[in-house]
Amino acid sequence: MTVQVLVKPNTYIDSVSLMSLSTKANQIEIVEQAIIAMGTEMNKEVIRNVGLMTPEVESAKTSDLVIIVKAASEELCEGAFESINELLTKKKDSSKGKSEVKYSTITSAVNGIPEANLAIIAVNGSYAPREARKALENNLHVMLFSDNVSIEDEIQLKTLAQEKGLLMMGPDCGTAIIGNVALCFANAVRKGNIGIVGASGTGSQEVTVRIHEFGGGITQLIGTGGRDLSEEVGGIMMLAGIKALEEDDATKVIVLVSKPPAPSVEEKVLAQIKQCKKPVVVWFVGGNEEKVTQAGGHFAKMSKEAALKAVLLAGADESKLNKRALNLPLIEEVRAKLNPEQKYIRGLFSGGTLCDEAMHIAMEKFDNVYSNIQREPEYRLKDVRVSQDHTFIDFGDDQFTQGKPHPMIDPSTRIERFIQEAKDPSVGVIVMDFVLGFGAHEDPVGAMLPAIIEAKQVAEEEGRHLEVIGYILGTELDSQNIEGQINKLLASGATHASSSQNAGLLAREFVVKGE
Amino acid sequence: MSKINELFTNKLNVINVGIENFRDDLFKQNASVTHLDWTPPGRGNPELIAALDKLEDPSVTDKIEAANKAAVERIINSQPVLIGFDQAINVVPGMTKNTILHAGPPITWDKMNGPMKGAVTGAIVFEGLAPNIEEAAELAASGEIIFSPCHEHNCVGSMAGVTSASMFMHIVENRTYGNIAYTNLSEQMSKILRMGANDESVIHRLIWMRDVLGPILRDAMKLSPNGIDLRLMLSQALHMGDECHNRNVAGTTLLIQALTPYIIQTNFTVEQKKEVFEFVSSSDYFSGPTWMALCKCALDAAHGIENSTIVTTMARNGVEFGIRVSGIAGNVWFTGPAQQVIGPMFAGYKPEDSGLDIGDSAITETYGIGGFAMATAPAIVSLVGGTVDDAISYTTKMAEITTIENPNVTIPMLDFIGIPTGIDIQKVIQTGIMPIINTAIAHKDAGIGMIGAGIVNPPIEAFEKALLALSEEIK
Repeated sequence: MTVQVLVKPNTYIDSVSLMSLSTKANQIEIVEQAIIAMGTEMNKEVIRNVGLMTPEVESAKTSDLVIIVKAASEELCEGAFESINELLTKKKDSSKGKSEVKYSTITSAVNGIPEANLAIIAVNGSYAPREARKALENNLHVMLFSDNVSIEDEIQLKTLAQEKGLLMMGPDCGTAIIGNVALCFANAVRKGNIGIVGASGTGSQEVTVRIHEFGGGITQLIGTGGRDLSEEVGGIMMLAGIKALEEDDATKVIVLVSKPPAPSVEEKVLAQIKQCKKPVVVWFVGGNEEKVTQAGGHFAKMSKEAALKAVLLAGADESKLNKRALNLPLIEEVRAKLNPEQKYIRGLFSGGTLCDEAMHIAMEKFDNVYSNIQREPEYRLKDVRVSQDHTFIDFGDDQFTQGKPHPMIDPSTRIERFIQEAKDPSVGVIVMDFVLGFGAHEDPVGAMLPAIIEAKQVAEEEGRHLEVIGYILGTELDSQNIEGQINKLLASGATHASSSQNAGLLAREFVVKGE
Repeated sequence: MSKINELFTNKLNVINVGIENFRDDLFKQNASVTHLDWTPPGRGNPELIAALDKLEDPSVTDKIEAANKAAVERIINSQPVLIGFDQAINVVPGMTKNTILHAGPPITWDKMNGPMKGAVTGAIVFEGLAPNIEEAAELAASGEIIFSPCHEHNCVGSMAGVTSASMFMHIVENRTYGNIAYTNLSEQMSKILRMGANDESVIHRLIWMRDVLGPILRDAMKLSPNGIDLRLMLSQALHMGDECHNRNVAGTTLLIQALTPYIIQTNFTVEQKKEVFEFVSSSDYFSGPTWMALCKCALDAAHGIENSTIVTTMARNGVEFGIRVSGIAGNVWFTGPAQQVIGPMFAGYKPEDSGLDIGDSAITETYGIGGFAMATAPAIVSLVGGTVDDAISYTTKMAEITTIENPNVTIPMLDFIGIPTGIDIQKVIQTGIMPIINTAIAHKDAGIGMIGAGIVNPPIEAFEKALLALSEEIK
């Protein structure tokens, strides 16, 4: 085996494109192993770990593109470099055809395109605040997808946005729908009269999809980024979002989605709800009903409930809605199939809020619920690789995404974990989400399918029933074909849950013993 | 209506930075979206990013913007006029009999490359300071010759830029600001002193230029009452398809057309005048140095403006590429290694024969012509990759690192937009886009001469050093 390295100085390719390039490079027949990455410390660590470090790679700078090829001979390495170079240039050609003028900075782009009104920024966190500031200074609204942005920078950016009357969605904001256009990770949903301000991406996606399913539609979905309701940031963007939706003629009902805010911020938000002329539905995962009701808001404990309340307030006829009640006979049936020792739920999620919701539903009945995103340190997994009792894992959390794309794009980590959990005889139910829509994997169910089929077979051979619940977050308008996804899931013998909320409830009820 | 509510009702028009897939999804939804050709600013170097941030502090930005506006206005408003020709010893500030000016930032004899050493020794022989090239080399090494950059004497010199006391110089006066710039005469052919050649034919030609061409031009211009407005002529030349660095066909024709009425009135023989016209028509390059002096004259007027981040000089000595910036007055050079020029070569020569980038001619790009005006010279697109689209994209790309379009010098093919003017150090570091320079290639060894032409970029180090210095200087 020969390992060869090619360093292209000062060549920048974003991490997502690099992933797809790496994937294609590894499919080149003569390539044993290929890595295409920017010369960051983190990538060097990865390269060191797989034993491909060379002095050349060691000395590469953050702004250098590093290509490493392992192949049977030097000649084959050279051939591989050629093929990889083709992949690199092919990409450039296709992008050239779509936009005539190439701009390198936000400022020059704004000068060239005076109608520009929003910037989507998805660059490394160390460069992101600077670009976001440039966008705001050029009077663009901002959706900042990047994470690893300091809270000081976030406060500064949001304060600047506030002064200028602009939206500053993010950092770490992956979901928004503005003017009926889905940005980054969002589902294709109907236009309507419900506006959403969401501090959580998949939580907001879930609410839009449920509203769509109930026949309702969305005016705007404003993402704020997960830290907006923290003490430090003070809910700047959620407050601005509520105000804008209140003033928006097309919006009849407002829905707020978040994890529980810091108490002082909650007070501010509730005070604004009290003054708001439009009905406001509040779904703060694990939130407090009394406070919301006192402020004149409409409390929702779970996601589907939030969507239902919103469509009813927006004028839907309740008698005509299919609320998709829980399938009670199914619960009985599955309970009977599980052995007494099959006590635990394992939730393997790509969506953070979907994980949180299922976990909170489980916590209502069990006190031994562990997770990598538990707020109580006592119930936080000591080792995220090892499950304990009822365990809910958010694979989108930092421990799993360091140097890897989000599980909504790359399902590999979750597949491995699924196989591991399926072998555990104390596990009764494995519950998983499959997120469709813009930005997401083309066939998330298909990627998991072989693992589900095999796991169920193995369990059966060992004399136990393994219950797998799948929830598919998507609409019939999404490009992934939700019908096909559901059919694939059912064909594997898994149970299909009709909502995030139902997925959590089914998982919990299946493993409740002796009721 | 608040800006956020405006966003809800207006059509979405997105600028996408970073992940291309997001752009593709927006396309699918028929939204307007522009994907940026983005790279990390300052090559990701935190020190440079901190310097950029410092300069972009609102209190500082306003000062810089005002200073840069003043600088580019001086470049644009400069009206360089050719007012005469004379020997360097008579006009160039600081010139002495044993001074030799050279291109680029300061350099010592021992560090000079082949072409520059060839030119220096040839000039010493031409000046009669040594009988032959060997002894000229000894003299050059002895310390008795004063070497100094052309730029530090209000001059520019193409290629090696070697300028000695008795050589005839263009004299170009800035009618707006009063400063004067000088440059040598074109030697025309390829085997010439400025390219490092120094044999008998080269010296012989220099002597003829000193004794016939120079005096005729000097006497001719004495008859011109108002001088020759070079900026007007430059604009015409650009409209006729020159970019006035590597293509000078139209400019040379216009220049000799303007000079002819005066040349024929001088007291030289018809034979001598005929020699001059034949010499001019022997190469299209005759007006090349003239434009360089124009550019130098305009840019010197913009040098030394406090708080300005505009580049006023780009020049190379064959070893180092150096720049000067307006906000740091005087002769402070920021340098990096000279690069190899890439482009077509004369038959029989290979890239490894070429000397590294050399000459003060990058003053043309600093002004906004040459590589910056490629879009106007489709005839020489082979220098930049072969297609007219390539040529246009070079010009439009340069607009990303410059401050303004010069309304006095325009490009017909781009709807008469002005040439991109006023390279801003901040923009270079922010975008990573390097100025593009059209230039000739000299053989790496002394005594051979020009072997090709092509394009080259400056080393980014020079701009990085300048940015760091500016961030210290501007408070």
